[in-house]
Amino acid sequence: MLEARRISRRFGGLLAVADVSLDVARGEIVGLIGPNGAGKTTLFALIAGFIAPDSGTVRFEGRDVTGRPPHEICRLGLARTFQIVQPFGRLSVRENVAVGSHLRRRDRRAALEHATDVATRLGMAALLDRPAASLTVAGRKRLEIARALATDPRLLLLDEVMAGLNPTEVAEIVPVLRGVRDGGVTILLIEHVMQAVVSLAERLYVLNQGSVIAEGTPAHIAAMPAVVEAYLGRGAAERLAGPRSSPTGSPAPGRPA
Amino acid sequence: MLAAAGLAAAVLLPWVIHSQFWIGMCIAILLSTLMGTAWNILGGYGGQFSFGHAAFFGTGAYAAGILQMKYGLDAWTAYAAAAAAAAGVAAFIGYVSFRYGLRGSYFALVTLAFAEVLRILANAADFTGGGVGLYLPLHVGLSRLQFDSKAGYYYVALALAAAALLSARALERSRLGAWLAAIRENEDAARALGVDTLSCKLRAIALSGALTGLGGAFYANYYLYLDPGLAFGPGVSVQILLAPIVGGIGTVCGPLLGAAALQFAGEAARRAMGDAPGLSMIFYGVLLVAMVKFLPDGLAGLLQRARGARRAHA
Repeated sequence: MLEARRISRRFGGLLAVADVSLDVARGEIVGLIGPNGAGKTTLFALIAGFIAPDSGTVRFEGRDVTGRPPHEICRLGLARTFQIVQPFGRLSVRENVAVGSHLRRRDRRAALEHATDVATRLGMAALLDRPAASLTVAGRKRLEIARALATDPRLLLLDEVMAGLNPTEVAEIVPVLRGVRDGGVTILLIEHVMQAVVSLAERLYVLNQGSVIAEGTPAHIAAMPAVVEAYLGRGAAERLAGPRSSPTGSPAPGRPA
Repeated sequence: MLAAAGLAAAVLLPWVIHSQFWIGMCIAILLSTLMGTAWNILGGYGGQFSFGHAAFFGTGAYAAGILQMKYGLDAWTAYAAAAAAAAGVAAFIGYVSFRYGLRGSYFALVTLAFAEVLRILANAADFTGGGVGLYLPLHVGLSRLQFDSKAGYYYVALALAAAALLSARALERSRLGAWLAAIRENEDAARALGVDTLSCKLRAIALSGALTGLGGAFYANYYLYLDPGLAFGPGVSVQILLAPIVGGIGTVCGPLLGAAALQFAGEAARRAMGDAPGLSMIFYGVLLVAMVKFLPDGLAGLLQRARGARRAHA
């Protein structure tokens, strides 16, 4: 469904994404993990058309979409959310979601109805008339997902939709995402909350310093020394903290997922 | 309901008020409502603040004036041509600014600059009458949309203002309106949701330009005199944006409320302080600062809050 081939992007002296290839098949949930600054969000921006790659190609459903503007890529059925949530603050939740619904619905009433459905499916029925600016972090993350889903995508790129959520909220959103996938939407997600990635994703890519350093099932990845090093090899403190396997932190070596 | 009652009252007004002065005042309010609504479509709904709507006003005024004077066109055709010419100028200015991602104060400055360029061109060119300006002849008649009483002009202005208000209301309930609001709130998020931001902004500025151009055409036919400063001067741009800012940005009735409040306040200020040059500008400046500081939602926001408070009380 999605094929990224050898894409690279340089910002000044920094090679943010270096020769990355990545595939997502229809119906999968694929995770993209890696330490801060690894280039995950940049990779998303390259796929979704917000930044043009210096080299390489992105194909979506067999069509070359490299360098196409974001609204065209969204129209083709590939939607993204933002790591730093970007609500339309003064619009209500329903109006926010309806902006996405309008992509395939010209009529205002049809768009608002569709928005109501999508938001309800994501558990936001009680918040429909609240201004987006008044939502909690968890609410805003859900709104990001709802808006993107309202564009009827076939592939959804989710950028850290669980960051900043407490464990209860994470536990609530995991089945929501599974439901989205079961509804026929393929998902590629960036996530730091390891429990969630491991329980959701069938396959993971590990990005470090702009390159893919590993790919495979979560259990396979957690056992790879290169991955453990990417996360834990940066300082003595982390090295000491590593074996204690904090719940929100890094993939614990030797602990099968 | 309220709108229909308001329209009926407006239609009957010339039978009630016979004073030419007050009818003139109402015409000024309607003209300001028309152009304030035009500005609001781009600035209020779309969040793109223009400081150069004089470019569209002047284009409409000169197009209507020249076509009627030199080419003998009837007023109806001239109005349509004025709207088209102003929409064309607007689309051009919009394309060169939005294509290169100008936003916020940069966009405001570019529009201001374009209006100034047009003012200087109108001053230099022959067919605009240069600095001397244009004197339009008076030919009373429906085909010329010129009348021997102010009531006739009043109805033309009323029709134009009502058309603008209806356009704004239709926009508010349309997909383009929803997309413009999204662009105003967060352009990147809008793009991520499939919104073609350039095309939306161009449609908004062209519509805004067309309506402002109609205001210019009316001005030419009503005052029968144009010069580059009156048509393209920065004062025109300020007057156009004051009504929606005072009345309430991004609301249908805001420009109407603002236009009425400004005309009455302006008249009161003139009576209190006399007609010293520059005094009105000081007055508008103080008013603008006060509104932005204390009432950013404008009079429409104030009304809404009052209504909310009353409902909470009941």
